[in-house]
Amino acid sequence: MSAYWLEIIVLLGGLVLLLVEAFLAPKQKHMIASSAIFVLVLTLICLFLVQPFNVDNKEMTRFYAWDPSAKFFKGFTIVATILTMLLALDYRRILSKFTANPDSEDGTGEYYCLFLFACAGMMWMASAKDLVSLFVSLELTTITSYILVGFMRRNVGSLEAGVKFLILGALSTGFLVYGISWIYGATGTTDLALIGEQITKENSTYLLFGLALILISLAFKVGAVPMHLWIPDVYQGAPTPTTAFLSIASKASGFVIAIRVIEPFITDELIGSKVVTILAVLAGATLLLGNLAAIPQTNFKRLLAYSSIANAGFILLPLAAWDAGNDLTSKEVIAFYLAIYLIMTFAAFFILTVIHRNTGSDEISAFEGLGDRHPALAFMTAVIIGALAGLPLTAGFWGKFLAFKMAVSGGLWIPVILGFIGVAAGFYYYFQIIRAMYWRNSLEDAPLKIRPLSFWVIVVLTSLVGILGLWPQPIYWLIGA
Amino acid sequence: MSIILILIPILAAIAILIGGKAKPIALGAATLNLILGLGSAFSFDHSVWGLTLQVLSEPNIHLSLGFYDGMSMIMVALSVLVLFAAVMSGKCPEGREKLWYPSILLIAAGGIGAFLSRDLFFFYAFHELALIPTFLMIGMLGSGERKEAAWKITIYLALGSIILLAGLIWLVAASGAETWLFEDLLASTIDPSAQKGIAALLIVGFGVLISLFPFHSWAAPAYASAPAPVAMLHAGVLKKFGLYGLIRLYPMVSDGMQAWLGVLIVLLLCNILWIGYVTINQKRLDMMLGNSSVMHMGYIFLAFAALIEAGSFAANPLAKPAAVLLMFAHGVSIALLFMLTDTIRRKTGTVELAELGGLAKAAPRLAFLFGLGAMASIGLPGLANFSGEVLVFLSGFHAYEGGGLGPVQIATVLALWGVVISAVYMLRAFRQTFHGPAVSHTDSNHLKDFGPFCQIPAAVLAVALLIVGLFPNSLLNLLKSPEAPAPTEQAAE
Repeated sequence: MSAYWLEIIVLLGGLVLLLVEAFLAPKQKHMIASSAIFVLVLTLICLFLVQPFNVDNKEMTRFYAWDPSAKFFKGFTIVATILTMLLALDYRRILSKFTANPDSEDGTGEYYCLFLFACAGMMWMASAKDLVSLFVSLELTTITSYILVGFMRRNVGSLEAGVKFLILGALSTGFLVYGISWIYGATGTTDLALIGEQITKENSTYLLFGLALILISLAFKVGAVPMHLWIPDVYQGAPTPTTAFLSIASKASGFVIAIRVIEPFITDELIGSKVVTILAVLAGATLLLGNLAAIPQTNFKRLLAYSSIANAGFILLPLAAWDAGNDLTSKEVIAFYLAIYLIMTFAAFFILTVIHRNTGSDEISAFEGLGDRHPALAFMTAVIIGALAGLPLTAGFWGKFLAFKMAVSGGLWIPVILGFIGVAAGFYYYFQIIRAMYWRNSLEDAPLKIRPLSFWVIVVLTSLVGILGLWPQPIYWLIGA
Repeated sequence: MSIILILIPILAAIAILIGGKAKPIALGAATLNLILGLGSAFSFDHSVWGLTLQVLSEPNIHLSLGFYDGMSMIMVALSVLVLFAAVMSGKCPEGREKLWYPSILLIAAGGIGAFLSRDLFFFYAFHELALIPTFLMIGMLGSGERKEAAWKITIYLALGSIILLAGLIWLVAASGAETWLFEDLLASTIDPSAQKGIAALLIVGFGVLISLFPFHSWAAPAYASAPAPVAMLHAGVLKKFGLYGLIRLYPMVSDGMQAWLGVLIVLLLCNILWIGYVTINQKRLDMMLGNSSVMHMGYIFLAFAALIEAGSFAANPLAKPAAVLLMFAHGVSIALLFMLTDTIRRKTGTVELAELGGLAKAAPRLAFLFGLGAMASIGLPGLANFSGEVLVFLSGFHAYEGGGLGPVQIATVLALWGVVISAVYMLRAFRQTFHGPAVSHTDSNHLKDFGPFCQIPAAVLAVALLIVGLFPNSLLNLLKSPEAPAPTEQAAE
């Protein structure tokens, strides 16, 4: 079986489930999610079985890369989608309040199918090595995301988020196409591997202009300053599973294509240093703004949005300090960071959903008294928050540690200093959750109800944070370093 | 096998969290740790006590535990002593056992882990681990202005740790060492141009953790608000982490430190004299002890300054023993004093000096042991602090060859005034607490002498002070033992 069948399985699974959905009774809509998880698990198993496809297949090799990085990020996307689906299963009670018939699950079925389409698009993005296939797969993901964000159509926040996302997303797509056309015009090719060979002194200005336009679009995708303004509102308004999906899978695929697009330019002697400067400025600005703007937040979902911006800044550090050397490459550090980011951020969103189901609120004040109401959940939340803040001996520390190490060896001193300021600010705003949980008393003291599914997912993710904090080597095995 | 010393408290903490009987388990673990810790420290055998596991291949980081040298042994001995006293003497608020004992055990596990780590990364990481329960305990179970104090210590120490981490990453990157193990790092050399910056980051980063002037203002309020065991463990053990780190890493940045000698001397004199006067002015026993602990850090920095001036351990053979001995002595004496202050608070309901008096009649043993701790803290001969302080002052003059006084010598002369300051505030506090007319809540009708749960740990700490004071070689011999060869066993990756 060739590698591109992975995307085909997911896509076909999505189409079939969409058909089946039409015939299901409202109470059975959650079967769609379970089936989607089944399809994704199947794909995940296939991921380890597929062979690199025939090199003679020119049509595919031109567009589709199959390397360790592609394999890792396909797996990453699948795992992220599975977790999103599990989260959606728990979130469906809130989702169904705001869809076609309130309090009936009628109209929630498509929600699960759409994630499959987005997942297929992201899996393809992990392999995209041509600007055209990159654009097409990106669009598949983006258009699906518009619907996912605005899915709660009876909720003003969700609708507002959808419209904002649509307008800004369309604008960023425009930048992307415009940038691609400049690069195509300057080099006569859309194949990224060939573009690297075509850079000359004459066309370097046009290429840089084209690259800058593409970077604007990618900054939008990963949530880097100055294209970050959509993130807080969209994250807050969107249904929580969508938010988790956007903040993890979508950000990761944004970085995958960023790596692919930037690689031919940043390794070029002629314009490499200019690209580094642009990226370093992006990284520094993102780190500073993301972290400082998170400080006054009182809503946990919005706090996670700013934390997502801040994390984009941390991931930009190794990207700017481009290193393709023998030891540890920038690509590997980014993959490492994202793997850890996936674990702890998903755990945070699962916790948020549990709190939301119980209190009906996303505010930090909803965490008050959690230490008394559910000690086990409070303890796990504390671990996850510690990991997000980057405490040593949790997995979260290693990601930041490697990112900083890369940036220090790359000599990016100003972004590194801004990054340290960011970490310090992070301690402050993340620890507000711990303060609320343990030092404040809740008005209610009834024990919290957690569905077993959520509980065990949180337990597994928290244990992973702890185990990988002491022994992060397994992630290296996964990314093939 | 030294991992046992870390595992015992951690496992005990988990056992309590999942429903074991809190106090017996915690006390059992602390006693076991005391016996094993003292035993292992004084029967030093690398082949038995070492452990090295690679946890990450790039950067090359190992979980490597064992005694790197005599300094780690002394610090581990200090940690287990204070842990035992903290667990045994602490009075847990009703119903909070599941927070109280696991936190104390985890703080100690972090401290012991840091001192046992032979890898720079885990040295740093274990200390951070210990800080979290510290913050939680102050914030949740502290007294007085606990929330403000907890926020202050959290922000200060988190910032200090981050600055420190930046310095450590830079240090390792500049050294070009293959791994993060101390043995590899200390064998490498750093370009002098980078050393200056690294040294500055290390002084500030560690300095915040040690409460070096002007980064000290978190210390006294935090210790005053903290539950007694936390104040004992932090002031007694965790604060020594920074000094331990400075001395451990000093050979790598000896040239860079030279550039900061002048600044450091000014700061340490501020620690001794400025904070000394601040201490005299305190009206509460706990605030006074917190400030005195900040002040005494200045002496240890003085030994460090003498080391910097000399340029290497060999050039001033007194400096390192002086610093380590005083670290141990200060750790034990401040733990003893915080513990007894908590006893006074529990018995009389106040630690305001103005509201106390005449306690000695009702509680003579308490008065005796508090007096012993106070005398040790002043530096009375025969007690451990005296040996440490004398060595510090001698190390300050080690390089002196007649003629004009150098900056370190001037600092030493000025620092001697600190002994007088200590005597003033300690003796005055002692008099106001234990002598004079008894007031209603301190007379013998209302309270009895303190019970065995406090007497035993107080006696253990006092005996440690006496032994080290009368026979300082018991510790100094450990420092003389040649640095043992590194273990060669490499376990599975």
